[in-house]
Amino acid sequence: MVDLKEKLVADFRSREAAMNGEAQSPLHQTRQKALARFEELGFPTPRNEEWKYSNVRNLTNQDFDFGGTHAITVEDIEKFKIPNLSGNILYFINGKYEAGLSTIVSPASQVSIRPLREALATQPELVSTYFGNLADTQDEAFTALNAAFAGDGVFIHVPKGKVVEESIVLYFINDARSANVGAQPRNLFVIEQNAQVQLTETFLTLGESSAFTNAVTEIHVAQDAHVQYYKVQNDSDATYHVGTTEVRMADNSHFYAATVSLNGGFIRNNLNIALDGEHCDAHMYGLYFPDGKQHIDNHTVADHRKPNSESNELYKGVLRGQSTGVFNGKIFVREDAQKTNAFQSCKNVVLSPQATMNTKPQLEIWADDVKCSHGTTTGQLDDEALFYLRSRGISKPEAMSLLMFAFCEDVITQIKIEPIRAYLEEIIAKKLA
Amino acid sequence: MLKIKDLHASIEGKEILRGINLQVNPGEVHAIMGPNGSGKSTLASVLAGREEYEISGGSVDFDGKDLLDLAPEERAAEGIFLAFQYPVEIPGVTTINFLKTAVNEMRKYRGEDPLDAAQFLRMVREKAKLVKMNDSLLKRSLNEGFSGGEKKRNEIFQMAVLEPKLAILDETDSGLDIDALRIVAEGVNSLRSPEKATIVVTHYQRLLDYIVPDFVHVLYKGRIVKSGTKELAMELEEKGYDWIKAEVELV
Repeated sequence: MVDLKEKLVADFRSREAAMNGEAQSPLHQTRQKALARFEELGFPTPRNEEWKYSNVRNLTNQDFDFGGTHAITVEDIEKFKIPNLSGNILYFINGKYEAGLSTIVSPASQVSIRPLREALATQPELVSTYFGNLADTQDEAFTALNAAFAGDGVFIHVPKGKVVEESIVLYFINDARSANVGAQPRNLFVIEQNAQVQLTETFLTLGESSAFTNAVTEIHVAQDAHVQYYKVQNDSDATYHVGTTEVRMADNSHFYAATVSLNGGFIRNNLNIALDGEHCDAHMYGLYFPDGKQHIDNHTVADHRKPNSESNELYKGVLRGQSTGVFNGKIFVREDAQKTNAFQSCKNVVLSPQATMNTKPQLEIWADDVKCSHGTTTGQLDDEALFYLRSRGISKPEAMSLLMFAFCEDVITQIKIEPIRAYLEEIIAKKLA
Repeated sequence: MLKIKDLHASIEGKEILRGINLQVNPGEVHAIMGPNGSGKSTLASVLAGREEYEISGGSVDFDGKDLLDLAPEERAAEGIFLAFQYPVEIPGVTTINFLKTAVNEMRKYRGEDPLDAAQFLRMVREKAKLVKMNDSLLKRSLNEGFSGGEKKRNEIFQMAVLEPKLAILDETDSGLDIDALRIVAEGVNSLRSPEKATIVVTHYQRLLDYIVPDFVHVLYKGRIVKSGTKELAMELEEKGYDWIKAEVELV
């Protein structure tokens, strides 16, 4: 049996030894600190309240090849890519950016899209202003681990007042067809004042071997900026995905997130939004379909730090087989954040007696003039609705799939990029058939 | 068409139908009346195949088929339609999409080809006009946010689209004002034909002013205790149900 922690620490040392000068850079010093913290923290266990229902033991005794070679061809990509999707499309395979497969169509005046490593070398001042500001390497072992290896991933910068007309789609692909593979993408999105952009992160795994993705994305949303952020997960049953997205919003900014987990053996998504400005609105939508022995965990935070902002959250899940789901939604309303509106809802349909859903809304409110509401439901399909459809000649399986699709529809319609919506609808319809 | 013999049905161990006998022939309209709790809606639900009810005895023959052996969707495809007392709201499923699925699932059951989009739309528009259903409701989620009258009209509209042999209207008059009642009744009447039959389940006589029955049956404590023609309904309207209860208790 392998001890993944020991193996990663050893990996770090050998990479460091092979560095040519970079070991002295400020970035590498942050890496060293992050590694030291990761060594102290270790991988979380269920004794940690935040990881109570998500046990990573089976991950931490496996070996993974990080940043290894792959055999992805253009033909492979044709098979799994989202059809009819145009725009800026970037491929990262087993963590590494593949320039030859990627297409950047937006003019540099609208947006700068660069592999993080390149941006660190060419725009060090700009990157270092934002890099690592939001990610919590102190308490989050996975984030510390990601920071220790930071290098792969992308830096996206939308200058003040620019509207990025073509959407930006990032594919993170694990090629696990011949060996266990690992990747730790690190993304930094800086959206300046009054700028607008649509960002999509897509995670896919090919092959039957184990794969481990530990992704961290930081998103800075400046005043009056408008950001749509979609995360689509269609991994294999042998994939472990831990992904953390940290968002900070300034005054009058708008942020829409939709996280759709179609497939994956073990998924833990952390979406943490700091509403650090007045008159902001943050929207979080989620949809997940665990089946078999899959485990999907969504942890979200809406941290209201300033007055007059609004957060609105809707997560929905359909659980089958012996799968487990977790939803933990935190809403913080700080003392200054008067006139906050915060809404949270998590609705689940559990179709099998062996499937389990754990939901935990957590509200901490220090201000006195706020409107907050939360609710979670977990149940079966409505028998009365099912009978109504069947009494009109619709067979039971067809009626169930109609009802489940309808259940998912109010999240799917939040995706404003038509080809992505069509792709999701097609996969979801097949899953629910 | 429909032959119910000594039908017994219970729910959660409580017997609600205690020996129903009823024959309905093509072209006929039967009214089932009775006081609250007599089993009227249970009879409608059992015929449509609601699974909560347990059949503890008797038989139901529908055009030579054992109805009690069929799933709700098979009964629908065989030509049974239940207009619900409380139509269900289904967010996210549009009326039009729902009806298209229903029509084509039934056609599949009967071994017919599915209707294409153009044929289907033409048919639906025609039927909507027939029951004075506003086209805009078709694109909305099924019954979601519909008024009571709109929901009942939607039931009759679905009936027009699905063209059942036997329509069962379960308290279709409840919660309707007189104008809505008239529109719904006109819809039902326009769908009457010598091949089709209707069972009207109602507490009050007023619907029967508009949908005139050939036979009226009074259900009480799970049995049909009196049958007659439309005059019986008038008599019930005038005298209430107490005299019937008294008659039954005497026997």
